[in-house]
Amino acid sequence: MNVWIAIGVTVLGCYAVKLAGLLVPEGALERPVVKRLAALLPVALLAALTAQQTFADGQTPVLDARAAGLAAAALALVLRAPFLLVVAAAVLVTAGVRAMGAG
Amino acid sequence: MADQTALEDADIGGKANRAVVRDALGVGVAVGLSGFAFGVTSAGSGLTLLQTCALSLLVFTGASQFALVGALAAGGSPFTAAAGAFFLGVRNAFYGLRLSQLLALPRAVRPFAAQWVIDETAAVALAQPTRRAARLGFVVTGLSLYLLWNLTTLLGAVGAEAIGDTDAWGLDAAGPAVFLALLAPMLKTGTERAVAGLAVLLGLGLLPVLPAGVPVLLAALAAPAVLWADGRRRGQGDAR
Repeated sequence: MNVWIAIGVTVLGCYAVKLAGLLVPEGALERPVVKRLAALLPVALLAALTAQQTFADGQTPVLDARAAGLAAAALALVLRAPFLLVVAAAVLVTAGVRAMGAG
Repeated sequence: MADQTALEDADIGGKANRAVVRDALGVGVAVGLSGFAFGVTSAGSGLTLLQTCALSLLVFTGASQFALVGALAAGGSPFTAAAGAFFLGVRNAFYGLRLSQLLALPRAVRPFAAQWVIDETAAVALAQPTRRAARLGFVVTGLSLYLLWNLTTLLGAVGAEAIGDTDAWGLDAAGPAVFLALLAPMLKTGTERAVAGLAVLLGLGLLPVLPAGVPVLLAALAAPAVLWADGRRRGQGDAR
């Protein structure tokens, strides 16, 4: 039951914020500083998410095989590899490093 | 410069459309397949098949879903767990702010389009030079990702027991690799790189001291902070 409560609250909350973004009147976004900010916010959020999902275990900072996987993904990006290959590189390298017993 | 790109885009028409569809499908398929990792993780955290699929169908924002099942597995109360997932989902409101302008959707369509406002659809749509291309990118990414994400969530939840230790397969590295691939094309100038760098420091630095989900939200403050510092620097240069 507790799980269903959590799911219900999450469903409503996440949908509400998605819709709210779309419903803000266009005039509110005309100012250059607002436009600039809206362009930079995804950069900040994606960077923080990438870092957390690579270097954290719960609330503890860690350095493990995922770091090697992310480095492989970064290399693939520099080499202009297609999206699927970038993700595959991260997964394979992470699995490989773990198979060798590190991290 | 943007205008010139738009003109060139109009000239090559169909070719440009195919390029948008190819890019959108690339993102949609790659990220959609990572629903498998969510299905496995969610089932491994003790959620039922129905609960797992309900999350992918109705929440449909990956980071929030992972955060929710992680918090529930760690023994968090339903409300703290939901709060963490909600905080992670707040970023979608910012994507919506930009998308509503870019896509110029009719009011009646917005409640339906809202469910597809996520990192990936925003990244693909925002990367396009024209409104037409942006709309095409948004729809193709949204549709392919929604279908695949839900299908692979189901497969992952069903197959969780068969696959054993999912971390051993490196599946937990798929998420950050996806985020990195979405982020990379946005890092064009020093300002963007400064924002990303500061956000990483905030996101990791605050992690041990604040509840799950909150550090990412506070890391978003890197954007106004860098913008303010830029403005100050430029203000000093001007002879106003």
